Amino acid sequence: MSEKTVRSPKPTPSPENRLDEEFWSHCADERLCFQVCASCETWRHLPRSFCAHCGSGDWIWKESSGLGRLYSWTVTHQPSLPQFLPDVPYIVAVIELNEGVRMVSHLRGVEPEKLEIDLPVTLEFERVSDAVALPMFRASLS
Amino acid sequence: MSFKDRAAIIGVGETDYVRGADRSSAELMLEASRAAIADAGLRSSEIDGLVLPPVNISAEEIAANFGIEDLRYAATVQMGGASPTSTLQSAATALSHGIAQNILIPLGWLGYSAMRPKPGVRRESINVPAMRRAMVSYYVPYGAVAPAQMYSWIATRHMKTYGTRYEDMAAVAIACRKNAQKNDRALMKGRPLSLDQYMNARWISEPLRLYDCCLETDGACAVVLTSAERARDCPHRPVYIMGGAEGHPYPADDIAGRPDMLRVGLSYAAPKAFQMAGIEPADVDFLQIYDCFTYVVLLQIEALGLCKAGEGGAFVRDGRIELGGEFPLNTHGGLLSEAHLWGLNHVIEATRQLRGDAGERQVRDAEIGVVTGWGDFGDGSLVILRR
Repeated sequence: MSEKTVRSPKPTPSPENRLDEEFWSHCADERLCFQVCASCETWRHLPRSFCAHCGSGDWIWKESSGLGRLYSWTVTHQPSLPQFLPDVPYIVAVIELNEGVRMVSHLRGVEPEKLEIDLPVTLEFERVSDAVALPMFRASLS
Repeated sequence: MSFKDRAAIIGVGETDYVRGADRSSAELMLEASRAAIADAGLRSSEIDGLVLPPVNISAEEIAANFGIEDLRYAATVQMGGASPTSTLQSAATALSHGIAQNILIPLGWLGYSAMRPKPGVRRESINVPAMRRAMVSYYVPYGAVAPAQMYSWIATRHMKTYGTRYEDMAAVAIACRKNAQKNDRALMKGRPLSLDQYMNARWISEPLRLYDCCLETDGACAVVLTSAERARDCPHRPVYIMGGAEGHPYPADDIAGRPDMLRVGLSYAAPKAFQMAGIEPADVDFLQIYDCFTYVVLLQIEALGLCKAGEGGAFVRDGRIELGGEFPLNTHGGLLSEAHLWGLNHVIEATRQLRGDAGERQVRDAEIGVVTGWGDFGDGSLVILRR
């Protein structure tokens, strides 16, 4: 083995289709965008080909306000991926944006025991590389 | 036309359940299948239908091993851990329409060795196609990989909404562990669990501690079904399928995006199955509930209609789910304390209970039981069985 300890990098998003690629390419520009139905204006996430509300296949991407609330969470102490060991305990949160869509992210700036449903949160980006930036959330100051 | 009372389980079989198998899951499934077919009083070549969970053996390979020249029905059910219980619905449908006469359902995997293979034993993968896109594109970058984390989002939401206690989750773990003490096949036989041990165990991902999580095991089991008419001539007392259904949460492929995170697959399925069976949930004599985590048992007790939403915690208190209680739960020990066979081991335990063959863990006068499945982010399935 080499003398240096080589820690493999954390996994980055692995888009499975064109819509995933578009979502993450907006994030790379540090813009959190979601699909909005061109017909009924319903916001949606995960990205999909059709609007589940009205059936339209037309959409545009719109940038989110980045403001939302905590919908649910888990505080991970024993991660399956060793790359996340330095972060434990970390909060994997389900965030509900003010636009009505939900996404999985990390929540920062709050002790686990202070977590409550509907805690206000604000978007911040973590730059991973030139090609990748991850949307993260921070508990808003009250 | 429903399949109510038109199909029956006539054979069950298992391999040993272990941590560290020295054979492939395909070999284990063939062994368990031969045992189940023999239990049914059939020859292997008399199997003419195969309904498979997403396992590492094909229907074609099983047919070639067993000399099945005319395989009349082969199907695969993709519901993760909910697949085995849901296969009974497919099998009962095919049998009630005369599409096949004797259907084999095998389940086997290397749930322990897939992550830590023995030297010389080929590594095997685990298939989770329905969950793949959300996971690799949207969850994994945040270190959310394990079911313990994703189901914790549901558990947290439920706890904060309804005030469910850690002691209620412990009641599930402890009931399963007590039952395992009466089951020679259970990996946790000889290792009792106290409330103190439960509460002092390490966190995996809050609100789940170590003993909220099921075992990782290797092994295989299988069941054989036939039509109700043919079942009367079999060696064992037939166990009839009174009702069954499957359900999928919406949207099924993304937990975070569900309008109501607490409405799971079983919430859709359970009313249909009980209506088909023509009974009320409280009419069952025992519960074999898919227990990958303690918390999903509480959610499923509510989804079954045994109590109202939010009352699952109160339901399991005071020994109510232990042997001798009103609704004995997972009398074999479940995934938490027997072994993790995707709940097909729950089907087998229900069969033994209804045959009256469950030994010192026999539920007295057991006539009707319910078995549930859970998997792939909250898909649900159930069957209602009677003797």
